[in-house]
Amino acid sequence: MFALLHRIFILCRKELLAILKDPSSRIVLIMPVFIQSFLFGYAATYDLTNAPYAVLDQSRSAVSTELISKLESSGVFHRVANLTSEHEIAEAIDSGEALLVLQFGPSFAEDLYAGKEVDLQVILDARNSNSAGSAAAYINAIVASFNQQWRQSHGGGAPALSIEARSWYNPNLETRWYFMPSMIASLAFLQTLMLTALSVAREREQGTFDQLLVTPMSPAEIMIGKAVPPIMIGLVQSTIVMMVTLHWFHVPMAGSFISLYLGLIFFMISCVGVGLAISALSANMQQAMFYAFMLSMPLMLLSGLATPVRNMPMPIQILTYANPLRFAIDLIQRVYLEGVSLMTVWHDLVPLFVIAALTLPWAAWLFRHRLV
Amino acid sequence: MNAAGSAVQVQGLHKQFLDKESGRTIVALRDINLAIPAGTISAFVGPDGAGKTTLLRLLAGLLRVETGSIEVLGVDAKRDPQQIQDRISYMPQRFGLYEDLSVQENLDLYADLHGVGAQARVERYARLMEMTGLAKFTERPAGKLSGGMKQKLGLACTLVRSPELLLLDEPTVGVDPLSRVELWEIVEQLRHDEHLTVIISTAYLDEAERCAQVYVMHEGEVLAHGTPQALSDHARGRCFMARSPSKQPSRLLQSRLLDADDMVIDAVPQGGDVRFILNEQTQSDALCLRKILDGARVEEVSPRLEDGFMVLMRAKLHHDKGETDASLAAVSLSKSVTGADACGGAARDEVMIEVRDLVRKFGDFIAVNSTSFAVRRGEIFGLLGPNGAGKTTTFRMLCGLLPATSGFLQVAGVNLRTARANARRRIGYVSQKFSLYGNLSVKENLEFFGGAYGLRGQRLRQRIATVTEQFELHGLERTPSGHLPGGFKQRLAMAVGLLHEPDILFLDEPTSGTDPLARREFWRRITALANAGVTVIITTHFLDEAEYCDRIVIQDAGELKALGTPREVWVQAGHSATSPLNMEKAFIDIVNQARQSAQRNDKEVASA
Repeated sequence: MFALLHRIFILCRKELLAILKDPSSRIVLIMPVFIQSFLFGYAATYDLTNAPYAVLDQSRSAVSTELISKLESSGVFHRVANLTSEHEIAEAIDSGEALLVLQFGPSFAEDLYAGKEVDLQVILDARNSNSAGSAAAYINAIVASFNQQWRQSHGGGAPALSIEARSWYNPNLETRWYFMPSMIASLAFLQTLMLTALSVAREREQGTFDQLLVTPMSPAEIMIGKAVPPIMIGLVQSTIVMMVTLHWFHVPMAGSFISLYLGLIFFMISCVGVGLAISALSANMQQAMFYAFMLSMPLMLLSGLATPVRNMPMPIQILTYANPLRFAIDLIQRVYLEGVSLMTVWHDLVPLFVIAALTLPWAAWLFRHRLV
Repeated sequence: MNAAGSAVQVQGLHKQFLDKESGRTIVALRDINLAIPAGTISAFVGPDGAGKTTLLRLLAGLLRVETGSIEVLGVDAKRDPQQIQDRISYMPQRFGLYEDLSVQENLDLYADLHGVGAQARVERYARLMEMTGLAKFTERPAGKLSGGMKQKLGLACTLVRSPELLLLDEPTVGVDPLSRVELWEIVEQLRHDEHLTVIISTAYLDEAERCAQVYVMHEGEVLAHGTPQALSDHARGRCFMARSPSKQPSRLLQSRLLDADDMVIDAVPQGGDVRFILNEQTQSDALCLRKILDGARVEEVSPRLEDGFMVLMRAKLHHDKGETDASLAAVSLSKSVTGADACGGAARDEVMIEVRDLVRKFGDFIAVNSTSFAVRRGEIFGLLGPNGAGKTTTFRMLCGLLPATSGFLQVAGVNLRTARANARRRIGYVSQKFSLYGNLSVKENLEFFGGAYGLRGQRLRQRIATVTEQFELHGLERTPSGHLPGGFKQRLAMAVGLLHEPDILFLDEPTSGTDPLARREFWRRITALANAGVTVIITTHFLDEAEYCDRIVIQDAGELKALGTPREVWVQAGHSATSPLNMEKAFIDIVNQARQSAQRNDKEVASA
């Protein structure tokens, strides 16, 4: 038993030495993760700030002015133009100058005072559906609060039932809160996959794999020795992203570190399994690199990071069951933001476990049986 | 100056490089003077790191001339390297063939690159195809050619235009003897037909012997130059053959002679006898020498280029080190002396490797066909054959790296492929290509592989110290192994292979591309190991090395063609048992006989 552990230990040490000895490869493993976490934290956001809008106020009333000032004071919108006729609406939207145009009809104020139902026309540039959707939601919220105030101050009976939406876990609907915890898994995922995909392929290409196979080490030992170092490096990378999320972007963490790291370890094992299988299958580094690239893009897209899995067509939803990232993102978001325990997200652990249980032994079998 | 017929004139050439790792300057060439006559073949010979490649690259106008002058075809290389490149052809050690392109596509590509016109192409291709014998294979991807054919294609691509000077950097490394002969025929024909000047660098001294002029290089200097005859004369009167009366393998006498390094400069087995060179002070009838020879009959022979080369090298090393040539003789042979006794008698008869009807197919292709042999403890067993003969496939099956399609296979009593991992502890493996971790240091590699074989703690430190001493790797412990010079890489690979004291050592082409000095040193170690009871399986391209082996097999096209002691194989090749051995000839005869009879069979089948 001791001899076995010792062999695995020296293999891991060799792998780490081979990866980390070169100063440039140390930088490649650390710096991009750092830069990417800041980049995604700042750049990848669906939040609306400074949305440009234009107004066509045909009623020129105190009420319309009041509503506009409510809009202005929200901090979300800023006015770029005051239109004078309906012909100018298309121009303002098409040029991209305004994301939306607010049109108050000529009888807006009169109808309102008369207690009639009044339409407020909002024209949105839906070419960017995300921004348009958020803008519409903001306008709705502002109008709703206006309605309420109006009814209170001008009678009209009890205020009508109004929808009061409150978002949980991300009360301000900040995408950063949603994005950054996902990054803890995804950023490490890319490099772990690449690192392991190259590991066996490099040794095969350089002939060192034969030298390894003639030693008394068994394929299982080699597999473990090859798997542990990338998992360690992946965990370090995840920790970096987590530190940036926690201490720079101040996204509060609700769950426990232990649950988070246990989940991450499960995730890394399944990633390394996929990576090693790719590596054992490839004849050389070029092939391994190609497979890893080919896989990483769809795995990212189908992870639910950019678009919800439940919106995908059924066959693709089924495909995502082979995607460790999908479950890791769900797991980490829930542990990080909701603070649930691993027991609650056991259904995320099962697919990760199954992926690892299939890919790792397959890779180990391929070590000796793949003929190059 | 050119009227005198010099194709190349070099005067006072120095070249140095800056080593980025250490920040030191390395002198690659110092005070080189050359005068190469037009229309001749000249050779640069010398150990690894002698500066042969650097010199060729300077002549090709690929490196900048800093100190000294180079004139190639009357053009100053400092002023107009482009013009030189337009008029010469240079084939580097690793020629850039595109492996996925066919033979024809490779030729076309190089013709396009050199701007050879359509008309000129037709004639040139026809001639190149005829010379290289590649006409049958024009559609085959270059990657699917054998090593020898690849080199021929490389040469053909180099020659798509008619150069005035041809520079070849070790063109025959890793090429089997048959292909070597063919390559040389092409070069000589070109010199004859086109009055081409050829400069070739080589590690094979028998090749250099065919050249008009030979430059012996060592650590950036030209030690001597002249005709092969003149260089051989450095050893005149000092070369002898010793015929051992007993049935002992000649390598035993050889290692005794080498041990007497105060008298003997060099000793190699040749034709079943031992060829040795005495130093200047020693007489052939000296008393202490007679004791070593132990009744062997001695006669003086005329020197070869290799003898002259060895004398020059020894004198140089002696001069540099101020003591006996450490690089050769320091091999601690305590093992060879005591080892011979330690492992005698019954143990020697133990069968270590047994192979019966071994077959390996790749799809329809039969790489190895019903091969059988057995190897006993302490034997040196050689697998010989041309490229693609099935040597490496056989070798990989023995090591357990490749499953056999059918047949029986046992190494140290087990099949390594299916045996428990521990059985592999009994074998050591040194592959053809350097296959240790290049960015790990010498010490880290030793520690890793030692650990992989279950050595640790005190025992590991002890073994590392022993092999470091044995293979003279002191002072290099912290050097990344990928940065070691070729000869040292090979020593490190051997050190790793022997770290765990295996019973059986597998060596795949260990001497390919190494210079004569390094090869001597290598074989000293191997014979010492065999004497100590280690079984050695070795594949080699160097036919003269077959004589170090106790027994050999010759394979061709997957078939076992001959098996036995070198002498027995010589007889199987159709020669008389008493005539002097020439393994290269035996090999070529056996392979040719086999191929001819195969062709006859094909014809009979076709006509039937």
